[in-house]
Amino acid sequence: MRIFFHLGRYCLFLKKVFGKPEKHSVFIKQIVREVDKLGIDSLGIVIIISVFMGAVITLQTAYNIDLPIIPKYTVGLAARDSILLEFSSTIVGLILAGKVGSNIASEIGTMRVTEQIDALEIMGINPAGYLVLPKVVAFVFIIPALVTISMAVGIGGGYLAGSITGEVPGPEYIYGIQYAFQPFYIVYALSKAVVFAFIISTISAYWGYYVQGGALEVGKASTQAVVASSVQILLFNLILTQLLLA
Amino acid sequence: MIEAIDIHKSFDDKEILKGISAGFEKGKTNLIIGQSGSGKTVLLKSLVGLHDITSGDIRYDGHSFLELDNTAKKRLRQDIGMLFQGSALFDSLTVEENIRFPLDMFTNWSLEKKRERANFCIDRVKLENANNKFPSEISGGMQKRVAIARAISLNPKYLFCDEPNSGLDPRTAIIIDELIQEITKEFDMTTIVNTHDMNSVMGIGEKIIFIYQGHKLWEGTKDDIFHVQNKELEDFIFASKLFKKIRDNNI
Ligand SMILES: Nc1ncnc2c1ncn2[C@@H]1O[C@H](COP(=O)(O)OP(=O)(O)OP(=O)(O)O)[C@@H](O)[C@H]1O
Ligand SMILES: [Mg+2]
Repeated sequence: MRIFFHLGRYCLFLKKVFGKPEKHSVFIKQIVREVDKLGIDSLGIVIIISVFMGAVITLQTAYNIDLPIIPKYTVGLAARDSILLEFSSTIVGLILAGKVGSNIASEIGTMRVTEQIDALEIMGINPAGYLVLPKVVAFVFIIPALVTISMAVGIGGGYLAGSITGEVPGPEYIYGIQYAFQPFYIVYALSKAVVFAFIISTISAYWGYYVQGGALEVGKASTQAVVASSVQILLFNLILTQLLLA
Repeated sequence: MIEAIDIHKSFDDKEILKGISAGFEKGKTNLIIGQSGSGKTVLLKSLVGLHDITSGDIRYDGHSFLELDNTAKKRLRQDIGMLFQGSALFDSLTVEENIRFPLDMFTNWSLEKKRERANFCIDRVKLENANNKFPSEISGGMQKRVAIARAISLNPKYLFCDEPNSGLDPRTAIIIDELIQEITKEFDMTTIVNTHDMNSVMGIGEKIIFIYQGHKLWEGTKDDIFHVQNKELEDFIFASKLFKKIRDNNI
């Protein structure tokens, strides 16, 4: 039953979030700030994780395809496809749910319990729209860039790991990642990422917005936000895969 | 003039306000007093529409707040300044930006004009050398001043203060109280202040209503508060030994 309560309140919340912004100049400024805070600040972790995951995926594939009749370049091909299809969208999405989701939920939750949201409301500002819309717009806008960077860096990580260990020589890997390349995979990954960005930013904001109590509850809400966004990401990953790839 | 007419407010099944009627007068500091948990904050937030009341009516200068459409409500909100129990300053903005915030949102003034107005408010609450500090970098007393400055930046007609001097030392508390009273007179506002501090009551209580467990038990001025025959109110007033002494020695 709780789930229906949350679903209903989440829909009403979205309606408030997508109200007309108070003032365009202020809105644009906020978006720029959020792009910096949610996007640029996540770049570091996305790059680090992508390099290592790309390297590990490549090495694991190389060790598993040990038959001499299978050419080495297939490793590049397999690594490329895992990175494009799953890793750079879903795994990066889950990681960002942790980083960006908890950030949004705790920021908005703190504003709720310290009455800053009431203060906005009393001034005649729609707090949900004012606080959340810039985050949603900024994050949806910036995530394709993060995912594209993750793809490039991940594939680069695979190249390095392959050539340093000698498991997959550089030229073979390069040949592999170009072999039977399907540009649609990139469209697929970026579409998923945009949906995930929407899920992460709105669900986390929702949990923060309705916090009641104090610091303890803000902490709980931020955990809830990460859990709920992650579950939805997995669910929508399944749905979108069926819709886009079937 | 703000009127509360038989306000009831429940959360789930718990009734917090049990039929409160009161008038709050223009140009005066109207006090709502009562012990912790009596419903003062809920009443104040109901009056400004942060809580939807369960039944009753709220009138601002004769107009029912509940009947206003969204645009009218929004316009009214710009005539309302509010000071929250914990100051509620925006912690990502500096002191000056906090005070300028309502101007940024609701005026098309030039930056220069907005800064001028912000600095006028800053001077009015006697804040010094704090323009570029963040709320976390200033003391609680200064935060209250910033909150007052922000509340008056759009020249409101109505000022609501939720325990403006809680957590302050007695001297600073009196200064903040007096500031609120001065501003009320100066700009002829309808001011409503929540408090459980008897010093405030004696200092600025021009009109007082006493709330007990969601009921209004008494209403009057600071001059007749000591002569009331009401057990709950007496318990509230004379909880402090000092006031008991004053009564017993008939000072
Ligand atoms: N949003 C809410 N949901 C449920 N109950 C609430 C809510 N807000 C307040 N209450 C309850 O209403 C009662 C009155 O609370 P209120 O905050 O108005 O007290 P108060 O008189 O302002 O006390 P204090 O002097 O400590 O600030 C309390 O029992 C509180 O638990
Ligand atoms: Mg209170």
